Amino acid sequence: MVALQVKDLSKSFGNTRVLKKINLTIDEGSFIVLLGPSGCGKSTLLNIIAGLETIDEGNVFIDDYNVSKVEPKDRNIAMVFQSYALYPSMTVKENIIFGLKQARVSKKKIEEQLEKVASFLKVDELLNRKPSQLSGGQRQRTAMGRALVREPRIFLFDEPLSNLDAKLRVEMRHEIKKLYTSLKTTMVYVTHDQVEAMSLASKIAVMNEGIIQQLDAPQKIYDKPNSLFVADFIGSPSMNFIKGTITRDSNSIIFIPNGENEINFDLTHYEFIDKIEDNQRIVLGLRPEYVSNLEDNNKNMKKLSLKPVIIETTGFDKNVTFDFAGSEIIGRFTPNSGVELNKNHNVYLNLSQISLFNEKTEMRM
Amino acid sequence: MSASNSLNYKKLEDKSRIKNLFLRYFLYIILGLFAFYFIFPLYVMLVTSFKTMEEIRQGNLLTLPSQLNIDSWLVAWGGRGYGAGDTYLRPFFWNSTKMVVPATIFSTFIGAMTGYVLTKWRFKGDNWVFLFLLFGCFIPYQAILLPMARTLGVLGISNSIFGLIVVHSIYGIPFTTLFFRNYYVSIPNELIKAARIDGAGFFKIFFKILLPISAPIIVVTVIWQFTQIWNDFLFGATFSFGEAAPIQVALNNMVLSSTSVKEYNVDMASAIIAGFPTLIVYVLAGKYFIRGLTSGAVKG
Repeated sequence: MVALQVKDLSKSFGNTRVLKKINLTIDEGSFIVLLGPSGCGKSTLLNIIAGLETIDEGNVFIDDYNVSKVEPKDRNIAMVFQSYALYPSMTVKENIIFGLKQARVSKKKIEEQLEKVASFLKVDELLNRKPSQLSGGQRQRTAMGRALVREPRIFLFDEPLSNLDAKLRVEMRHEIKKLYTSLKTTMVYVTHDQVEAMSLASKIAVMNEGIIQQLDAPQKIYDKPNSLFVADFIGSPSMNFIKGTITRDSNSIIFIPNGENEINFDLTHYEFIDKIEDNQRIVLGLRPEYVSNLEDNNKNMKKLSLKPVIIETTGFDKNVTFDFAGSEIIGRFTPNSGVELNKNHNVYLNLSQISLFNEKTEMRM
Repeated sequence: MSASNSLNYKKLEDKSRIKNLFLRYFLYIILGLFAFYFIFPLYVMLVTSFKTMEEIRQGNLLTLPSQLNIDSWLVAWGGRGYGAGDTYLRPFFWNSTKMVVPATIFSTFIGAMTGYVLTKWRFKGDNWVFLFLLFGCFIPYQAILLPMARTLGVLGISNSIFGLIVVHSIYGIPFTTLFFRNYYVSIPNELIKAARIDGAGFFKIFFKILLPISAPIIVVTVIWQFTQIWNDFLFGATFSFGEAAPIQVALNNMVLSSTSVKEYNVDMASAIIAGFPTLIVYVLAGKYFIRGLTSGAVKG
């Protein structure tokens, strides 16, 4: 069943078009993450779904009802904000039940709901405190309590973890995931953090410049990004891009990186290779984990000898940057690889996991 | 670290300590001078008000009175008790009170409302509205005297306390709006969004969420408005006379209209009485005044 649908939605602020004909269908019980750099329109889209922002063109449907002109409070949604947006003059308890009081829910029901939510979020000890007396994590819990207590149809999250420090962020991310697993309510979550998106989402919508670039399951987005933008945005360190040209002859298809006459890659195995013309200029995308110091008995392995220019230790592995074909490529080396700066080292490229993009349209081929 | 090095550091330490000590003393001397400069006139006023005329005529301006003589204070407040021409401050003090309290409350409230709308319920052209309101802060008092007099005449409220309340309220709105707007601009809009999702409307959000956290700026605005309105002379002198005048006008009449001998002790006592309420307001709420002027964002 479809819980939320956005149809041909457009929005401008002055002369800037923030959203350009957005179409989005969200199934009941799914966790959608709107992911993109700042200014891509993801927060505006969320605000429009919430009813906090007016629509220029298009419509929003919740459970088949057109709610485009319905007040936020009547949309059966709840929202958690980046700055928590707790009412500073009210205690935690008053904050949580404010919405229920506005909706004139009976006292008895309010008490029941409060108790349930407070114990679920472990804020029952804090009920009489003011927001200024809470830590970041406790504030975030309270803000979530305020959303939970309404038992909404859809949860909306606007970068809820961005104000927390790194450790707490991971903790709260787990809490949100737990919350989702136990409630199975539809959730729409805005973030610019791809790690958050990958770990939480059942589907990610990658947005850029007011357009949804790709809407897919996290693994699909990671493995088969459908544009250069998505490929670059997802993954850390991000995907390596090697520009070059395709040459076809009778029984093989060869990729020659720009400025590297002696090196070529055999791409005959690529699934959509038939669609690529001779002499076409393309960008080959290769994730850093497929650039390694370890040899593998894969027939699509390509061995190169390259000089590292930067070595970064992560503990788990080493991110090694090489100059290659006029740009840089990053590889993930094992910690004991013995790689040294400015000393040639064998590098193995696993070409069975590549993405090819049209250089002109920047779309996946 | 070698011995010579540590010796060097010792020297440098001493040097910086002496320098800091010197600067500290210098600072306190300067501060003391300024404090003296500002407190001195008040001292002269106070000692003069407790002297008899006899003492004033012969004595030095700075000497303390031989005894605390409160006669001049009683005269300034309650008059001498004879009929015509006896001007004293008591009725005018109440005139000013009746004027300043409603005008301050009203202009502060309106300013809070407009500040709220201009920051949290943005509409097309709101910046222009704000610009024109700001314009009101820079229009000199003298420029609006004639149109205001005409307006009050048409409304039939010239030469009345009510008329002055209206004038001061209207004239105060640009300032109060400016204060509240600048305060509310620093309050995150997400707070309003959250309240809207929770089902609160325009007034609910204002009264339940914004006003309870506006204490610092309310104090600033109230002090500002109270001081402005209480100390105003021009509007009072222009739009009222006789029994409807506020205290500053009465003070002027008292000091300037005495035909016989200048009674400096009574004049000084009157001036202190006329300035007393603003002094009290500032002493009581001054701490919040500074805090409100410098504070902005509401955290949490």
